[in-house]
Amino acid sequence: MRVMVLVHATEDSEQGNYAGRVGEFEAMGKYNEELVKAGVMLAGEGIEPSSGGKRLEFAADGGGSRVIDGPFAEAKEIIGGFWIWQVSSMEEAVEWLRRAPFRGQTVELRRILEPADFAGLLPPEVMENEARLRAQAAAATDTEG
Amino acid sequence: MLSGQSSGHPSVQPAVEAVWRIESARLIAALARVTGDVGLAEDLAQDALVAALEQWPSDGVPGNPGAWLTAVARRRYIDGVRRAVAFERKVEELGRAAARPAEYEDPMDEIEFDTHVEDDVLRLIFTACHPVLPRDGRVALTLKLVGGLSTEQVARAFLVPVPTMAARITRAKKALAAAKVPFEVPVGAELNPRFASVLEVVYLIFNEGYAATSGESWYRAELCDEAMRLGRMLSALAPDEPEAHGLVALMEIQASRIPARAGPGGALITLLEQDRGRWNRLLITHGLAALARAERSRHARAAGPYVLQAELAACHARAFAAADTDWTRIVVLYEALARLTPSPVIELNRAVAVSMSDGPADGPAAALAIVDSLADDPALRGYHLLPAVRADLLARLGRPAQARAEFERAAALTANDSERAHLLRRAAAVNSAP
Repeated sequence: MRVMVLVHATEDSEQGNYAGRVGEFEAMGKYNEELVKAGVMLAGEGIEPSSGGKRLEFAADGGGSRVIDGPFAEAKEIIGGFWIWQVSSMEEAVEWLRRAPFRGQTVELRRILEPADFAGLLPPEVMENEARLRAQAAAATDTEG
Repeated sequence: MLSGQSSGHPSVQPAVEAVWRIESARLIAALARVTGDVGLAEDLAQDALVAALEQWPSDGVPGNPGAWLTAVARRRYIDGVRRAVAFERKVEELGRAAARPAEYEDPMDEIEFDTHVEDDVLRLIFTACHPVLPRDGRVALTLKLVGGLSTEQVARAFLVPVPTMAARITRAKKALAAAKVPFEVPVGAELNPRFASVLEVVYLIFNEGYAATSGESWYRAELCDEAMRLGRMLSALAPDEPEAHGLVALMEIQASRIPARAGPGGALITLLEQDRGRWNRLLITHGLAALARAERSRHARAAGPYVLQAELAACHARAFAAADTDWTRIVVLYEALARLTPSPVIELNRAVAVSMSDGPADGPAAALAIVDSLADDPALRGYHLLPAVRADLLARLGRPAQARAEFERAAALTANDSERAHLLRRAAAVNSAP
């Protein structure tokens, strides 16, 4: 199973003070190496402070959307980074996460839905269409990277 | 799931199992280096696991569970050696440690256990995949010792009774001891064949899972994930080996197609007919990155069989639609693969690629000539894909009666129900064609 690890931002990470956090980055680098060597890590990235981010609010009636510029107020509602792991169980993900060098932070584990989770729930045309669009977008990424 | 050690508290058992999965390879590897005996190392590690199942429900999971297990296992070893007066030499060896009792009373003490951990795990992989063992023994031991799976899990994955698998694992450990297999990473002329055996074991595990149909047990499908995990571990431990990266790329790109392989009712969907939108793009991206690492680590060396097969898989992964497939490149890759590992099965695959390629000397007629040259190959006798490919070519060459007969012959030869249904559908379709 795949699990998404959502690292919430902190007041500190929202400041974008990278120079003052060299030790933190070093520890995280070591931890990432462990994940790679265990064959667990599929992807992982840090995300810049919300001051450079945007939010779009969609009207309930489907009548368009509104763009809001960052920064956003509540640090703990902001995502500061993520991983995608391949593990055999949620417990294994918990055990891996326990080893992470975080302090004073909340990190969330969520199982990634697989096509099987939707089997029989959505009309086949909808699923096919979604899958095709996703593939199109990802195919563009493949050729770039 | 570790039902062999189910004495633990139910609520802590999943956590213990997760810790075991993460820590067991390193634990067994470090113990094997100290004791020089993989079988004994595993017994000691299992003892530590049992102790964890007894203690953690009341004490809680320790902050550093790996160090806890290591300390317990090492104490068991030292106690065991002390008691076994017959092993005087071993006692002498440990005399130095015994003179400093405080050092192993501290459960967080790791001494030299953590120093060569990665080398140890690599040694463990090479030992479990030692050619002195039969293939099924290598596979079972690798999953048990390196993958951290229980005997029950391995047995279920391979559809054999638990006692059979337990006996297989015991036999393998005894064979290693009897052959006095040293706990080391081979060097010199021995390295390449030994490394090939490791790659083969990982790919065998993958294919065991890949061959499982969607309706089958969870344990079998899970073998693909386990093999990919082992492959990634191996490529991280041996980053200069292009074939390790190639194997990872091959497995990940093949696994990316699993969601698209089965149609309604579990019917088989062939590669070219699959809805590519269902392919797992994360695995493809990951696999292509692994292939790029293989190329970078290859330097002037010729591409090995896993890199070539990964390149072949990548040709399909890169094509957004089946019609975009670069068949000319696929033909070239099969030619290279056939030079490296000549086999009639590779020739048959090359024929399919030739039939699809629009090169001047390619096309269905050229492909049929290749297939016909394989007709008397004893290695392909009874192999359903030979008539299946031939049937497809005949159909495309406008010879429907012969095509139908060949599809039916292929259907009679396959042991797989959904494949037989697929071939019979194709036979019927040819028949109804003008």
